[in-house]
Amino acid sequence: MSESAPKPSSSVKLVLLGEAAVGKSSLVLRFVNNDFQENKEPTIGAAFLTQKCNLPSRTIKFEIWDTAGQERFASLAPMYYRNAQAALVVYDLTKPTSLVKAKHWVAELQRQASPGIVIALVGNKLDLTSDSKTADSDEEGADGEDDSGDARKVSTEEAKAYAEEESLLFFETSAKTGHNVSEVFTAIANAIPETSLKSARGAGASNTAAGRASEEQRVNLGNARESGSKDNCAC
Amino acid sequence: MDEIAPEYDVVVLGTGLTECILSGVLSVKGKKVLHIDRNAHYGGEAASVNLETLFKKYGNYSEGEEPWKKYGRLNDWNIDLVPKFLMSSGELTNILVSTDVTRYLEFKQVAGSYVQQGSGPKATVAKVPSDAGEALKSPLMGIFEKRRMKSFIEWVGTFDPKDSSTHKGLDINNCTMKDVFDKFGLENSTKDFIGHAMALYQTDEFITAKGKAPEAIERIRLYGNSVARYGKSPYIYPLYGLGELPQGFARLSAIYGGTYMLNTDVDEIKYDGDKAVGIKATMTGMDEMKFETKAGMIIADPSYFPGQAKVVGHVLRAICILKHPLAGTNDSDSAQLIIPQSQVGRKNDIYIACVSAAHNVCPKDYWIAIVSTIAETTSNHHLELQPGLERLGKIEEQFMGAPIPIYEPTESGSKSNIFLSKSYDATSHFETTTDDVKDIYRRATGEELKVEGLREGINVEQ
Repeated sequence: MSESAPKPSSSVKLVLLGEAAVGKSSLVLRFVNNDFQENKEPTIGAAFLTQKCNLPSRTIKFEIWDTAGQERFASLAPMYYRNAQAALVVYDLTKPTSLVKAKHWVAELQRQASPGIVIALVGNKLDLTSDSKTADSDEEGADGEDDSGDARKVSTEEAKAYAEEESLLFFETSAKTGHNVSEVFTAIANAIPETSLKSARGAGASNTAAGRASEEQRVNLGNARESGSKDNCAC
Repeated sequence: MDEIAPEYDVVVLGTGLTECILSGVLSVKGKKVLHIDRNAHYGGEAASVNLETLFKKYGNYSEGEEPWKKYGRLNDWNIDLVPKFLMSSGELTNILVSTDVTRYLEFKQVAGSYVQQGSGPKATVAKVPSDAGEALKSPLMGIFEKRRMKSFIEWVGTFDPKDSSTHKGLDINNCTMKDVFDKFGLENSTKDFIGHAMALYQTDEFITAKGKAPEAIERIRLYGNSVARYGKSPYIYPLYGLGELPQGFARLSAIYGGTYMLNTDVDEIKYDGDKAVGIKATMTGMDEMKFETKAGMIIADPSYFPGQAKVVGHVLRAICILKHPLAGTNDSDSAQLIIPQSQVGRKNDIYIACVSAAHNVCPKDYWIAIVSTIAETTSNHHLELQPGLERLGKIEEQFMGAPIPIYEPTESGSKSNIFLSKSYDATSHFETTTDDVKDIYRRATGEELKVEGLREGINVEQ
């Protein structure tokens, strides 16, 4: 794993959207920790998770923001969309209403997020459909109660057609088996235009008006606190 | 599936900064919080809004016109309704750091802190000297006064309230600040900018009040420490405007299980005797949903309980859009300018807070300057702000409404179980806001809010 020159590295804010219980957090958990928890409780306590994605020419560090449940009563703050360079809009392949909800989130992103945002539409819970047998015959999972049945309620064609119409990346995944999960993130990383990666993080990336000249006035409160505690007074 | 629990430890009404900090802190401490706002946006009275919203709020355009359209992309505007800056060594900064809310926000320095001497065309605007070196270079003082100021500032740095050998022979807990100033032989104009632009008092009461000296010295010291932290001014400001602050704390609360509902009207407060024990409310926006839940306690901004709050004053405020920086501020992208009351024959200071595209609050080549003061008369309020407006040069758009009442709760909440916050006052920073947060926390929980290490020892899923 030794590499000669370090590749350029950029941070990318990625936001998660989708109806409750479609597996947003499970997808991220699979991607970040390569782990899956059955009957996971709704998300509590995670500010955001980070994971690196190595591309041949560069390294993308995803800062993955969870809605923290604020979407439940349509109360997501504008801050959530602010400077997001990528979004994962998740629906449940076994639940058609979750695709309706996903379309709502795509529209919301197109309205509120930065114009260049990369959006991936992801149909999750592929392990509950019959395709999972052929697609992932060698993988774990798929050994529960009634896996023989096909619980799919949203066809690949329907979702794919919609994704093409709206220029979204499209994947069907299983957070449970891991199928296609890392592919989603790699595809997003590849789709993020080089130009929007200039500044490592946040505001400067999307607002060139603010300019790099003023960059030196940015302050890091965390560090400030440590250095600040040393000097008692300016006087 | 989206259901409201039958009971919450705390129901919070209004998403102003005070309420959101409390929600965040209480959620971190394990309380089950339901946070409601009647508005469709976070921040309540202290939100940051775009230009269209601002025009519509003040109604200063004719039917059929869309004056905001000539000012670029609407989403590039984040105009604060209440102008304030954070002291970089202040308590809000400490709370942001100890709760890790800094992870959601980016801050920038405010480029300069200025004070006006004199009035009208003869007025001088100069940087507030924050250390001994700057005092010696300041145009605010003559050559001998500079030296006196230098020794005063050096003394403030060594002052220890508990060590009487640093008290210059003064009975520090009983003397006045005038006695302290006189000890150093400082002139009135120097006392003026020290008291108003460094200690940030809005009136002259602090000079003659007995026993106020240690507090005044502490405030001067906070100013100095805050300047020392980043160098240019004592102030920092969040990119995209102050409206990001309540959103950040709301996210903190949500991450610890807090439930958020905007677009929700409180229809009724349920009482058990004198004590509030629950609410009935209706959420609109998407699908209308009526619900009822029990509340261990209610925390609210005064607008939710007008009968339990009194008006203690009125703030006058003019929000102005400029195409140039403030004169005399060295073309700064941002500045605070204080016009001490005595310089313009008033009892209350006039503040100007100025931010620009550098803070992602407006498009390039615009500046937003907000002039404010406390009302001293009952009419012609624009005249009271005039000395401030004069500093701005050509104003592209000006938004000034009726005087804004400042509310305070009339009771502690111990009987009603309803704990009200205060309105945002006319001060230029958040120190009084965090005082209010601590006061409400104490009244509501019976404990002191300890800011250090708020999230330490709490298991966070990472």
